[in-house]
Amino acid sequence: MNTSLWIQIGLFLIVLFIAAWPLGRYLANVFDEQLTRRFIWLEKFEYGFCRLIGTSPAEDMPWQRYATAIVLFNVIGVVVVYGLQRFQSELPFNPQSLGNVSSDSAFNTAISFVTNTNWQGYGGESTMSYLTQMLALTVQNFASGATGIAVVIALIRGFTRRNAAGIGNAWLDLSRSIFYVLLPLSFVFALFLVNQGVIQNFNAYQEVKLIEPLEYAAPKLDLNGQPLKDDQGNVTMGAIKTDKQSIAMGPVASQEAIKLIGTNGGGFFNTNSAHPFENPTPLTNFLEMISIFLIPAALCFAFGQMVGDQRQGWTILATMTVLFITLATVALWSESNSNPLITQLGADGSMGNLEGKEIRFGIISSALFATVTTAASCGAVNAMHDSFLPLGGLVPMGLMMLGEVVFGGVGAGLYGMLIFAILAVFLSGLMIGRTPEYLGKKIGVFEMKMVSIAILVVPLLVLGGTAIAVVTEAGKASMANPGAHGLSEVLYAFTSAGNNNGSAFAGLSANTPFYNILLAIAMWFGRFGVIIPVLAIAGKLAEKPKLAVTAGTLPTHGPLFVILLISTVLIFGALNYVPALALGPIIEHLQLFSH
Amino acid sequence: MKNLIRPAITLFTLISLVTGLLYPLAVTGIAQITFPEQAAGSLMKRGEEVIGSSLIGQRFSGPTYFWGRPSATVPMPYNAANSGGSNLGPTNPALIEAVKERAKNILANHPDKAEKIPTDLVTASASGLDPHISPAAAYYQVERVAAARNADTTIVKSLVDRSIETPQWGLLGDSRVNVLRLNLALDALEK
Repeated sequence: MNTSLWIQIGLFLIVLFIAAWPLGRYLANVFDEQLTRRFIWLEKFEYGFCRLIGTSPAEDMPWQRYATAIVLFNVIGVVVVYGLQRFQSELPFNPQSLGNVSSDSAFNTAISFVTNTNWQGYGGESTMSYLTQMLALTVQNFASGATGIAVVIALIRGFTRRNAAGIGNAWLDLSRSIFYVLLPLSFVFALFLVNQGVIQNFNAYQEVKLIEPLEYAAPKLDLNGQPLKDDQGNVTMGAIKTDKQSIAMGPVASQEAIKLIGTNGGGFFNTNSAHPFENPTPLTNFLEMISIFLIPAALCFAFGQMVGDQRQGWTILATMTVLFITLATVALWSESNSNPLITQLGADGSMGNLEGKEIRFGIISSALFATVTTAASCGAVNAMHDSFLPLGGLVPMGLMMLGEVVFGGVGAGLYGMLIFAILAVFLSGLMIGRTPEYLGKKIGVFEMKMVSIAILVVPLLVLGGTAIAVVTEAGKASMANPGAHGLSEVLYAFTSAGNNNGSAFAGLSANTPFYNILLAIAMWFGRFGVIIPVLAIAGKLAEKPKLAVTAGTLPTHGPLFVILLISTVLIFGALNYVPALALGPIIEHLQLFSH
Repeated sequence: MKNLIRPAITLFTLISLVTGLLYPLAVTGIAQITFPEQAAGSLMKRGEEVIGSSLIGQRFSGPTYFWGRPSATVPMPYNAANSGGSNLGPTNPALIEAVKERAKNILANHPDKAEKIPTDLVTASASGLDPHISPAAAYYQVERVAAARNADTTIVKSLVDRSIETPQWGLLGDSRVNVLRLNLALDALEK
């Protein structure tokens, strides 16, 4: 543990809070109509906009209608993203003449980007045309982020409204999220990224003449382009000499910006934010980390302002921050160790675990990024998590297993944490023998049933999916690493999919029909299996009157509640996953450091 | 479902046009005017010929050049049209085998070095395109490069000194050396 580490974490959090505070005020103003009240022309514009799309700003949807609208909007997204991939070879903006994507991969990617997971079974630069990247994937980066924001705003309205039938207008919430929040932020950030070296063009891949020609082995091909095989059926390899390097191009910056601001995480390139064209400098790396946490943190402030008690927002934020600092410290400590199996071969033991990391980021910025991206449900990576030391790899997995509530996805993190807050008041209500209430709303049987579904659906998908994968041949065939690490790869994949994160232990060959379909199921139900119960809770709470605060009310702000909330999150995460973790990263750690 | 289908379709279409076409095209337009070099990939030219990008590493293995990180891209190292890391776990025998091979090669080419091998010279980067190595890894190679070029060791060493990029504002990232730039500077030295 060196001072630089604490300076990095400290600087990161300070810059984050300074940026998130005004954004939080702005978000609250956008969604509680302050903005349109102040600017009449904006109200008029919104009126016209609503007329155009076929709704009215005055429409107030009951939760069932709100949920139907959200699901419908996302189903259209799946169809369009699937279609664009399946026909990309016949569409424009495809200078590399990339072929159509296979049906199972296209299905997986469609679900993945619509659910804000952005799990990627494919390698971007070798699979997706520029048109697919923009019109399918970039659009969903905005749409899925907006979906998360809309849902959490609806839930907050559930707390603030009294005896109300509706929780807002889904169309208006989605539009406001995109046009007032995500788009302007992305536009500015994209231009800054270009300034730092992120590319933004529609050129064909750039041919470069190498300074030093290189020779490599590749399968020999016959006249039909099929690999030649020898008598035993092995592919024959031949030496190929080349003095050319082909550098992938594309409209990267515009997608990169929203990838982080919308906590999507789907990289333009195969290696995501580790690729120098996605993340060229330590400064871009720092600001990419800030962008991931920016809206999730700002939403906490917006929540405080909208419920009329800033302490409530600070309490949620404090809970997230404590969990984040704790787990970041473990990851940073783990990765600054060296792999003993490598140092015994003569490598310098003081440099940390550099396999799968970039030198411009180094150990600290790589481990911090890994913590940030999995605390939020972003899933962008600037280092290969598969090559982290066992406990370093356990941290990203553990953060996802907590349900993506440590900052979490845009909107999704806050509504996830509020679900845990309801659970926490319920548990303490049982302990002190009082009816549980949160923010003046009585928590009833229906709400607790919905909370149970929202909390249990994801572990069911994660553990069920992992179990199916490790007992079937198709599941086991894709593991790239032997032993305990192989199980970690599969567990990581389902954890990432079920919690809509999207990062991977990328050694797992997940682009097979088996994983494409199973992971798509986990992503879809991991997203909407939580969103629908959350909207149901919002609807039921909005119908209730607001209770007055009495001497017997459990305060839901302050250090005591922070501790209560942290315990609730940790107990549920631990009870669900400790056995599985023990068989993966924990065994591997003991094996590695037993000598 | 009543009255939901039309708004869903129109809103989706509108959002697609604005965020999927208008936005990337606008960013491209402005970027081409304000930061044309970065937008095109920070390309470096010798005469008219493009010889690389300052952000993308190239593979060097000859005695006269500084070597970069091992690259796990397929089918050839530093394949900038197909980025990739090794994704080998820390206990994977394949990783240990690969490191053993690389360490053997490094030691064979730097027989006089007593210090430990800088770890970045035997471990693959995340992108497979890492343009940088640590200053320690650059200094480690100075004598070998100088001997192969019949150059003065102090001159090569001072070239490395000048090539070190320090952490941004002394805080962000690690000190590093851009291998392609350093090698181009070496070549320029001889002319």
